[in-house]
Amino acid sequence: MRHFKSLIRPYLVWSFLLIIIPLLLIVLYSVTTGGNSLLNIQFTLDNFKKIADPIYRQVFLRSLKIGLITTLICLLLGYTLAYVISGFRERTQTTLILFVTIPMWINTLLRTYAWISLLSDNGVINSFLNRLGIGRMSIMYTDFAVILGMVCDLLPFMVIPIHTALAKMDKSLIEASYDLGANRRQTFWKVTFKLSIPGVINGLTMVFLLSISTFVIPKLLGGGQYVLIGNLIEKQFISVGDWNFGSAISLILAVAILIMIWATKKIDTSEGGER
Amino acid sequence: MKKRKKGFPILYIVLCFLFFYVPILVMMVFSFNSSRSLTRFEGFSLHWYEQLLADSEIMGAVSVSVSIAALATIISTVLGTLTAIGLSKTRRVLKEWLLNVNNLPIMNPDIVTAIGLMILFSSMKFDKGYMTMLLSHVLFCTPYVITSVYPKVRQFDDSLANAAMDLGASPFQTLIKVIVPCIKPGIFAGMLLAFTMSFDDFVVSYFVTGNGVQNISIIVYNMTKRTNPTINALSTIVIVVILVALLIGNVVPMLANKKKNGRLKEEER
Repeated sequence: MRHFKSLIRPYLVWSFLLIIIPLLLIVLYSVTTGGNSLLNIQFTLDNFKKIADPIYRQVFLRSLKIGLITTLICLLLGYTLAYVISGFRERTQTTLILFVTIPMWINTLLRTYAWISLLSDNGVINSFLNRLGIGRMSIMYTDFAVILGMVCDLLPFMVIPIHTALAKMDKSLIEASYDLGANRRQTFWKVTFKLSIPGVINGLTMVFLLSISTFVIPKLLGGGQYVLIGNLIEKQFISVGDWNFGSAISLILAVAILIMIWATKKIDTSEGGER
Repeated sequence: MKKRKKGFPILYIVLCFLFFYVPILVMMVFSFNSSRSLTRFEGFSLHWYEQLLADSEIMGAVSVSVSIAALATIISTVLGTLTAIGLSKTRRVLKEWLLNVNNLPIMNPDIVTAIGLMILFSSMKFDKGYMTMLLSHVLFCTPYVITSVYPKVRQFDDSLANAAMDLGASPFQTLIKVIVPCIKPGIFAGMLLAFTMSFDDFVVSYFVTGNGVQNISIIVYNMTKRTNPTINALSTIVIVVILVALLIGNVVPMLANKKKNGRLKEEER
């Protein structure tokens, strides 16, 4: 089997060229000025200072706010769904979970686009409300529309890990809890919920990470004026052309996300170690 | 365990599934609408699909999406499988390092991967277009192939390969005739992932192409401002392709298993 050791060499080169170098380039661009001409670069921290500018600070705060609200709603809806599903027979559970995963395979762009024809001013929902005599509402281009789109897109990422945690839980613990005199609520909070915490943490990180880095959902459902971190990055690269500033924002985003994933893993393994 | 009542659970699940699927279904239904309206269904027609076929820009994008997905799937499956096999025989330090690097494109937000590649290509003076899109797709597909093949390689019993070589097989023959058949389920799962990821991709493709090369997602994105049923038709096609791929990926192994189990039972008798 030793012959096969050399098989990793192509990927070693490949991953260095297309994974490591691009990340290093982002770092390089974020601490320099001069854009694309690498000949007259100058080192500077101005790109990071620029983020403190009130306009951009607001974008960051807004992204955090929208991300947190989305994550919270996903937690409430997703936990309930995972819990409810875990109450069925095993075969039914597999089918139900399959239906939760299918939308994850369809990309965000198409699923968000699908919402437009429902939400727009003369869309399906509004014409329905109109027929009921309630009158039209402006739903598109609001925080509500953006959060709705995000929740719909990201809910499966919350449901799956929580369901996995609930499904592998030892059911006899719940019976034991009832036998020892705990009521339903006590049993839920002190046994079921506690044991599902690793799944909850996984779900929370996934949803939060995806919600602060997306640029498709705010662009389609929030309109051109609606700017979150992802849109800010897109603008720097596609229309404004300030790649250095764009790299600085991306670097912050990437570092924050990698730290969060690393922390989640830490919690995960220490939780596992306790048991 | 106390019996839970089933009324609320069923209602809740139905509501959640409606939330997931109604937008997609509405979009699909209106792609068959005979009029331009996106709110009133005025009769079944294939008008918008004919429109698609007649639009050379869209058909160009379809062929880009299909050919990129096919090529990226083949290249990343081969590259990922070979790497996964080699990885199991590599020193621990190098292995951990490579697996961590391999995880970066999976964990990083799409947009960060995308702009990294965009900067790379422009600083190498690569013309943005078909080749840059293909390279990028291979880049983000391969990690998924490796993560799905690698566990199977670890389960593989080395002595089988050693036996093959003792009996005179060349390393290449051993690879093709012994190792690959044993890890086939992992390769298949990786291939399926690679295909759907590539066919479905928007974010990375959007940043790394240019000069008129577009895939389906980019066309949809550029046309979303003026909603019209042609985009619905195009999106419907993408979704159907993905669903068929999923179906093939999940049903075929299941049938194969059943056949195998059936045969085993026959033999038992």
